[in-house]
Amino acid sequence: MRARARGPAVGRAPLRLLIPAFLAVAFLTLPLVALLARTPWSQLADRLTSEAVLQALRLSVVTSLAAVAVVTVVGVPLAWALARLDFPGRSLVRALVIVPLVLPPVVGGVALLSAFGRRGLVGGPLDAAFGVTLPYTTAAVVVAHTFVALPFFVLSVEGALRATDREYDVVAATLGAGRWTTFRTVSLPLAGPGLLAGLVLAWARALGEFGATITFAGNFPGTTRTMPNAIYVELQTDPDAALVLSVILMAVSVAVLALLRDRWFDVAVQGAVRR
Amino acid sequence: MTGPFLDAHVVVRRPGHLLDVRLQARPGEVVAVIGPNGAGKSTLVRALAGVLPITDGRVRCDGETWEEPRRGVRLEARRRHVGMVFQQGLLFPHLSALRNVAFGPRSRGEPRRRADAVARGWLDRLGVADLAERRPAQLSGGQAQRVAVARALAGDPRLLLLDEPLSALDVGVAAALRLELARHLAGYDGVALLVTHDALDALTLATRVLVVDDGRVAQDGPPEEVARRPATDHVARLVGLNVLRGTSEGTTVRLRDGSLLVTAVPSQGEVSAGFAPSAVTLTSEEPVGSARNRWRGTVTSVVPYGASVRVHLDAVGGLIADVTPPSSVRLGLTPGTTVWAAVKATEISVYGRDAGLR
Repeated sequence: MRARARGPAVGRAPLRLLIPAFLAVAFLTLPLVALLARTPWSQLADRLTSEAVLQALRLSVVTSLAAVAVVTVVGVPLAWALARLDFPGRSLVRALVIVPLVLPPVVGGVALLSAFGRRGLVGGPLDAAFGVTLPYTTAAVVVAHTFVALPFFVLSVEGALRATDREYDVVAATLGAGRWTTFRTVSLPLAGPGLLAGLVLAWARALGEFGATITFAGNFPGTTRTMPNAIYVELQTDPDAALVLSVILMAVSVAVLALLRDRWFDVAVQGAVRR
Repeated sequence: MTGPFLDAHVVVRRPGHLLDVRLQARPGEVVAVIGPNGAGKSTLVRALAGVLPITDGRVRCDGETWEEPRRGVRLEARRRHVGMVFQQGLLFPHLSALRNVAFGPRSRGEPRRRADAVARGWLDRLGVADLAERRPAQLSGGQAQRVAVARALAGDPRLLLLDEPLSALDVGVAAALRLELARHLAGYDGVALLVTHDALDALTLATRVLVVDDGRVAQDGPPEEVARRPATDHVARLVGLNVLRGTSEGTTVRLRDGSLLVTAVPSQGEVSAGFAPSAVTLTSEEPVGSARNRWRGTVTSVVPYGASVRVHLDAVGGLIADVTPPSSVRLGLTPGTTVWAAVKATEISVYGRDAGLR
C-alpha cells in the first residue's frame, strides 16, 4: 500500500531494479521450495523412526543443548562485563568475541584441533598429564558448538544489557544492593527478552553446525554424527533420508525465525517505551 | 554528638566544570538546593549519594566518614544510608510497587516477610497501599512518584536526596504531592536535600535554602532570608518570592508580627504563604480596591530588575515588589519613601510544613 502511494510522486520503479530484485527473491526461495517438493512425505514417519535418523536427532539435541548451557554460563558474565565495565582493551575483547562469527567454520575446527588436539597447545599437556583426549568425542561436538554459538549469544545479551537504563544500577546501589544482587534482580530480568533471543539464536547456530564439528569431532555414528553430519553422509547413500533430516532442520529454522521476530519486536517496543 | 549531622565539602573536578560546595546540616533540616541548569545541583546530590566520586573534600554523616579522598576513604553508595528520589521516578519496571519499595530492606538483609511489611507500611503512609501489586507501567505519574518516595524512605535513610521529584509531573499532581512531601519532610528526622529549580518548592518545603550557581554556593540561609535579601542579582532572579510564615485557620493566616493575611484557599496550622513580587501593587495612598491584604511600609531599596524595578519594603518583616519603571517614577520611589503595598488573596499560595495541613 505504502509503496503504491509513494509511487506516483517520484515516478515508477525502474525495471532494471525490479527484475534483479525479483531474481534475488526467486533464487533464495527456489531451493527451499525444491526441498519441500522432493521430500518423500509419505515415508516421513518411517524415516523419522529409523535408527540412523533417531540417533543423529538425539545426539544433536543433547549436544546443542549442552552447548547452550555452557554458552549461558560463560556468555552472560562476558556480556555483562562488556556492557557494564570500563576496562582497557574492551574493544579488543569485543573484536575477539566477534572473530568466530566471521571465521569459516572449518577453519574454526582446525583452530580447535590446534588447541585441543592430541598434540595441541592445551590438548598435548592434557593428554600427557591425565590421558584425556578431546577430539572425536561427543564432548568435542559440544566444544565445537560452543565455539560457534558463543559470539551470537554474547552480542545479543550485551545489546540487551546496554539497552536497559544504567540509572537502574544507580537506583539499586542507593537502595543498598551490591553489584551481584543488582545483576541478579535488576539487570538480568530487564535484559530477559534479549537473553531469550540470544539463547534461541545460539541453540539454532549449534544445531546447524557442520564445518567445525566434522573437522574437530569427526563423524562417528552415535558419538559425533549430529544431524548436519548425518545429512552429509546420507546424501551419498540414501538421499531420501538426507531430505527428511534437512526438512526437520529447516522447520526448526523457520520456528526460530517466527519466535525471534516476536522477541525482537518486543525488545524494540520496550526500548522505545523506556526512552 | 559532636559536629553537625551532615558535614560535607564536595569538590568534583571535571573538564570544564568545577563543583566546590560546603554544606552542613542538623537532623530534621530540609535543605533546598536551588540553582540554574548546569549549576552542579545533580552532581552534588550524586556525589553525596556516593554514585559519583568526589575529587577532594569530605562527606561525613551521622558521625561516620563516607568519603575523604585525601585519606583514601570511600564508602560505596550501598553502604551509605541514603534514600534517593529521581526526577523520572526510575521505579524498576519489572517489579510491582510493593517489590520496588521492599527492594531496599531486602538488599539490606531483611527477610522477605519483614521487608514486605515495611514496604506496605510506607505505601500506606504515601496513600498508595491499594496499588501495591501494580507494575510501574500501570501507575500514573503522581502515583509512581509516591511509590518512589516510599521506596526511598523504606530504607530508613540518614540522608534523603530528592532530585527534582516534582518537575516531571503535571502542575495539579505536583501541587498535591508537594503538600504530601511537606508532611513527610516535616516528620523526617534525618537530613533531607531537595534539588529544585522552582523557587516555590525551595521556599515552602525547606527550612534552609542553598543557592548553587556555577559550581559554588551563592547563598546559604533560611528561606525568608534568601528571598528577602538575596546575596546577588542572580540569586534574586532565582528566588525572587515573598514568603510569610504564620498560623493559619481557614482562609486567615496570623503572621508572626500579629497582622492577618487573607488567602483564597483554606488551610490549617503552621503554614508558609508565598506570592510573587509582581503580585504586589504599590500605591501612595491607602488602596481601596479588592485587595484585602495591605501594609504600610518604607522603601529600603530600589534597583532595576530586568524590564521592571524591584522595590524592597520594610513591611511585614520585608517585602519585595516588582513595579514598572513609569509607576516607580510616578510614586517617586526612593529609599525612605512611605508607600502602601497590597496583594490579592488569590495571588497567594499556601503550603503547610506540618501534619495539620492535608
